[in-house]
Amino acid sequence: MSALWNNEVFQVAFWAFVKVMIILNTLLGVVTYLIYAERKICGHMQARTGPNRVGPFGLLQTPADVIKLLLKEEFTPAGANKILFHVAPVLAVFPAVATFAVIPMGPPPMFVATDINVGLLLFLAMSSIGVYAIVLAGWSSNNKYALLGGLRSSAQMISYELAMGLSVIPVIMHSGTMSLVGIVQSQAGTYRPFESLPFALPNWGIFHWYLLLPFAIFFITMFAETNRAPFDLPEAEGELVAGFHTEYSSMKWSMFFLGEYFNMIIISSICVTLFFGGYLGPGPAMLGIVWYLLKLFVILFIFIWVRWTLPRLRYDQLMNFGWKVLLPGAVVNIVIATVWLYWRANG
Amino acid sequence: MLPWLFLGFAALLVATAVMVVVHRNPVTSALFLVLSFCSLAGIYLLLQAEFLGMVQVIVYAGAIMVLFLFVIMYLNLQHDVETGAQIAVRRGIGWMVGALLLLFGFLLANRGWAPGPVAAQLPAQDGGNAAAIGRVLYSRFLFPFEITSILLLVAMVGAIVLAKGRPASESEGA
Repeated sequence: MSALWNNEVFQVAFWAFVKVMIILNTLLGVVTYLIYAERKICGHMQARTGPNRVGPFGLLQTPADVIKLLLKEEFTPAGANKILFHVAPVLAVFPAVATFAVIPMGPPPMFVATDINVGLLLFLAMSSIGVYAIVLAGWSSNNKYALLGGLRSSAQMISYELAMGLSVIPVIMHSGTMSLVGIVQSQAGTYRPFESLPFALPNWGIFHWYLLLPFAIFFITMFAETNRAPFDLPEAEGELVAGFHTEYSSMKWSMFFLGEYFNMIIISSICVTLFFGGYLGPGPAMLGIVWYLLKLFVILFIFIWVRWTLPRLRYDQLMNFGWKVLLPGAVVNIVIATVWLYWRANG
Repeated sequence: MLPWLFLGFAALLVATAVMVVVHRNPVTSALFLVLSFCSLAGIYLLLQAEFLGMVQVIVYAGAIMVLFLFVIMYLNLQHDVETGAQIAVRRGIGWMVGALLLLFGFLLANRGWAPGPVAAQLPAQDGGNAAAIGRVLYSRFLFPFEITSILLLVAMVGAIVLAKGRPASESEGA
């Protein structure tokens, strides 16, 4: 036993397993109450109370819903491609969970599962894998509404992924690294944009003028990448029944639901990491996780706020906006940021 | 542990690549190709080329193959049912090329070809290999790099011209 315990490979695997279990279970807990929060907030926005029957203040509503979903009939359409129909929900959850391996939730090494030097690229790679879940779900259901929803959604995600990928380039140039821990650490300290400012701002990405436009673009693409309103065309129920997951029921449907919320958490974490200094904040370093969670919850609240405030875009508006506004905007900003950073370094 | 991981990824790569060719359903073939790109990315990671591995997933698996799937799904190709003389010729050429490749593989194996050390010299760890690739790309390989960008621009212009079609007045006359 001790020989096994001293084995280096075993130790790496063991601690990785422990971290994975902690992260996965915490995530599931957060998602449970994110769903509750979404229903409560939307309820109050519409002058209702939201769920308040199951448990105190309705806190047990989501667990009750999960049990209901588990007990429902699992239905596979006769004309469906059986294997792909089962693979698609898995693909909806896997990329989001995999990305969590590189998110710095607090000061390393304790609160970071792994810090790799291409962490940001891993996030982009995983979000591009996430498109397959929707394409395959739409295609394998053998249903024309599902297919249309799937194609729409994948076209949307590909278009907005480009803008998102380009919008993070100024951040990489600003911090000089693609490791997410490195990006957070490059935002440490304070920063005074101009001399006459009476107080110093934290050195976060958002307070540098050439990162403002990337932040705006990233923020907009966040909604499109998670298929949330006002970009939730894939599931425009007035036109497409329920979009790509029309034929899914029971736990398979809830996997898509889970994937959407996981993606929300992931993409908000990336936003916090890139533009809001991640786990940085006043106080001892161990408070890092508190600051990270606080910033994360603010962004998640904005997600919910936007969903229940803005109407859905039309498909051609969405595509035009993505290709003719966001993409050129991101490219122009790369040029401006490059020139500025070069001029500041050498000028 | 690394040799075992390499063997696993290599086996997955070869198996999925064979399935791409063998499988009858075009959508499944395309998905196997995605899987083989991902296992290739795994091999890149084992060679400490993290940047290349991630870009492999983003560009090939994330962008190109999604467009492939798009086209296949729009055309709704359910099954390959080509028969006749043409397919026989194609198949014959395929066998010949395959045999040549197999011969090539045997020759390589006979000459004691084997994977050497991971890399002659590892890129500096502080910048990661993205910085190293960037430095080489913008100095030693600047000319091919620029040529590639012009090539892509030409392809893009061509695609736009094809997609726009002829102006209305011209097509009326034709």
